[in-house]
Amino acid sequence: MLDFIARRLVAIIPVLTVVAVLVFLMLRLTPGDPAAVIAGDNATSDQINDIREKLGLNEPIWTQFAIWIGDILQGNFGESFFFKKTVAELIAQRIEPTLALTICTLIFAVAISVPIGVMAAYRQGSIFDRIVMAFAVLGFSVPGFVIGYCLIYVFAIELGWLPVQGYVRIGVNFWQFLERMVLPSLTLSVGFIALISRITRASVLEVLNEDYIRTARAKGLSNRVVLMRHALRNAAVPILTVIGLGIAILMGGAVVTESVFGLPGLGRLTVEAVLSRDFPTIQTVILMFSVVYVVINLLVDISYTIFDPRIRY
Amino acid sequence: MKMMRRTLAAFAAGAILASASSAMAQNKVLRFVQNGNLTILDPIWTTAYVTRNHGYFIYDTLFASDENNAVKPQMVDKYEVSPDKTVWTFTLRDGLEWHDGKPVTSDDCIASIQRWGKRDAMGLKLMDFVKEFKKVDDKTFQMVLKEPYGLVLDSLGKPSSNVPFMMPKAVAETDAMKQIDSQIGSGPFIYVNAESKPGEKHVYVKNPKYKPRSEPASGLAGGKVVKVDRVEIIEMPDPQQQVNALVAGEIDLIEQPPHDLIPILKKEKSVQLVDWNPLGHQFIIRFNHVVKPFDNPKIRQAALLAMRQEDYLKATVGEPEYYKVCSAAFVCGTPNAFDAPNGLLVKPDFEKAKALLKEAGYDGTPVVLMQSTTLPVLTNTAPVTKQLLEQAGFKVDMQSMDWQTLVTRRTKKDPADKGGWNILHTFSVAADILNPISTSYMVAQGDKSWFGWPTDPEMEKLRDAYAKETDPAKGKQLAKAVQDRALETAQYGWIGQWYGPGAARANVTGWLKAPVPVMWNIEKK
Repeated sequence: MLDFIARRLVAIIPVLTVVAVLVFLMLRLTPGDPAAVIAGDNATSDQINDIREKLGLNEPIWTQFAIWIGDILQGNFGESFFFKKTVAELIAQRIEPTLALTICTLIFAVAISVPIGVMAAYRQGSIFDRIVMAFAVLGFSVPGFVIGYCLIYVFAIELGWLPVQGYVRIGVNFWQFLERMVLPSLTLSVGFIALISRITRASVLEVLNEDYIRTARAKGLSNRVVLMRHALRNAAVPILTVIGLGIAILMGGAVVTESVFGLPGLGRLTVEAVLSRDFPTIQTVILMFSVVYVVINLLVDISYTIFDPRIRY
Repeated sequence: MKMMRRTLAAFAAGAILASASSAMAQNKVLRFVQNGNLTILDPIWTTAYVTRNHGYFIYDTLFASDENNAVKPQMVDKYEVSPDKTVWTFTLRDGLEWHDGKPVTSDDCIASIQRWGKRDAMGLKLMDFVKEFKKVDDKTFQMVLKEPYGLVLDSLGKPSSNVPFMMPKAVAETDAMKQIDSQIGSGPFIYVNAESKPGEKHVYVKNPKYKPRSEPASGLAGGKVVKVDRVEIIEMPDPQQQVNALVAGEIDLIEQPPHDLIPILKKEKSVQLVDWNPLGHQFIIRFNHVVKPFDNPKIRQAALLAMRQEDYLKATVGEPEYYKVCSAAFVCGTPNAFDAPNGLLVKPDFEKAKALLKEAGYDGTPVVLMQSTTLPVLTNTAPVTKQLLEQAGFKVDMQSMDWQTLVTRRTKKDPADKGGWNILHTFSVAADILNPISTSYMVAQGDKSWFGWPTDPEMEKLRDAYAKETDPAKGKQLAKAVQDRALETAQYGWIGQWYGPGAARANVTGWLKAPVPVMWNIEKK
């Protein structure tokens, strides 16, 4: 197992190298000049060129790449062109809302989708099953921002139960933090609930037809025990895979959800950085997302061994 | 039981008192949403309007323009001009202090003017005339000119980007091409770095040591009396959410909600619309003078002949209440406003345009028109141009892109089919374009001009004459001559004036009429 983990960790290096080269080249080769953005609308070409010079953007592209990689290897992710802060500082400031949103959404989505997926499988063909499947189609089809606006209209504007927007840090006021997490988490979790509940239903349905389930029932075990201990556990591998993959989808969804609900997270930082062509910030955030994605996949692979003892690394 | 009731009663009274005092405390905090995120905190390094607004919070200016656009002393107590109009002596008011408690001195002001003079168009022009600065004493300094310059006060009292804000000498000595590190000013608010989080909020508290002028506040001039304890700029990118948050009472002011959301706000009793910027904005069409076909003045003139302001204004703003057809380059309602002759820009003459195109030998090559799709107010300008130009006989290749791509591409001087461009649209805050010197689109010095790079020695002669003219009446005539020349050579087109009100909670009063949303004088009742 340790050997497997070590090999997977080493495999991160070529992945990150490819990501670093691609991100760097894409940013430099696509249109957009941070100096022009900084200089503003009234600036002349000469002023823009002066700013390019100061930012080091007039250096040959490979020199810029070598400087960036050299800095990263020394743990220096550079300074944002705009914020007058290091990228590490910016990420540290913005990571909490995104982390909170992702965790709340995961908890919310898993807590709802797994039980309803199992129940839909158990009661295949029933009205409950059909409602769950209809919800899954709806959850996939309706864009997150539409769900967000509908929830805001009902719960914040009409009923006045929850705030429209904003973020309060968990350490500042826990209840205000929770209040402000409800609607964004609900919004982001709708698509995720649809995905997991559908996969859970399909996986459990497949397992429910297995001989060992029939045997368990023949032994006189209760439905709850059969479903939770035998069926769900054996159906867990594809569900876990989808949850793992879903975290990447959550990161993408966070960009929209954070913008709609005014959460100052990494999703919004990425959008702002892309729109203003803040190269150091975009590069670092994308590298960081890549690391997170690779690590989550590794954790999912490791978790397979817990649910299915036949899997060995 | 009695004891318990008393305890409960005391608890309830305490809760009511706490809630009342919390409400009173809330009344002293103003939550404001601007058009765009505040990322850069150096108002000399960038011309971004959100950064300019930040500047007005924490810095002060030597002069400022009032509600009627008249320049009035602000940090300056008194000033004198020598009889030959080449020596300007400025004396600072008593009691001016930086936020760190040190006094504001002549050295600080000289260094600040010099840094601004390296970046701003009006500053650069002023510096062309400045021979030297002389410190007389800690509160008095002189600006010695090589020859008389008619725009000294207009320059030092320039209301919009880049504003000549006064900074401590050590800060103002920062390379003008680098961003400053310090946020110490002498303005009516103090920036709270520890509580400000870019992308979330920026916090300003009242400067308790600020000494406002005794005159009532007017525009950007007069007494900057702060009537709240704290202002928080909330970063909220989504306009719909800004409106929702205002209606729900989570914020107090929105700088400028989009026109399509104004009807929603009008229906809300808890919200008011405030016309804080009566001068408004102006849409611009700019031709690239250095590549074909707009290197030919006749083809540019043909394009101008096709313009009809109302088409642009209807397509972008919609409600006539928020726009004005105005053929004056230097903004209707200001001293330099003159109508363009022969209905130019207002009534198109497609037949004349077609004849001019034929005469100029236009070969039908499509002109590349850049359309920004990320600035909502500009998005619909390009389709209107395409339609009008096609009616005049042009072939138009409209290319859509985000604003940041557009601002990069507009720096390219390559032919349009090799990554360059022919036409772009932008807009200006009216306060930036009130005279031939501050209007960057009027500069005709080739590479030193704004994008499109027109070259016209005659225009430069007129602009210079305007700059040197110290008689306002003659200055007005020169401004008219500049406008006429711009139309004659079709240097660029001004295609409509528009307004965008701010929105505030009904309990917010005192929002001053000015080209910049300023937070002094505002009360929350």
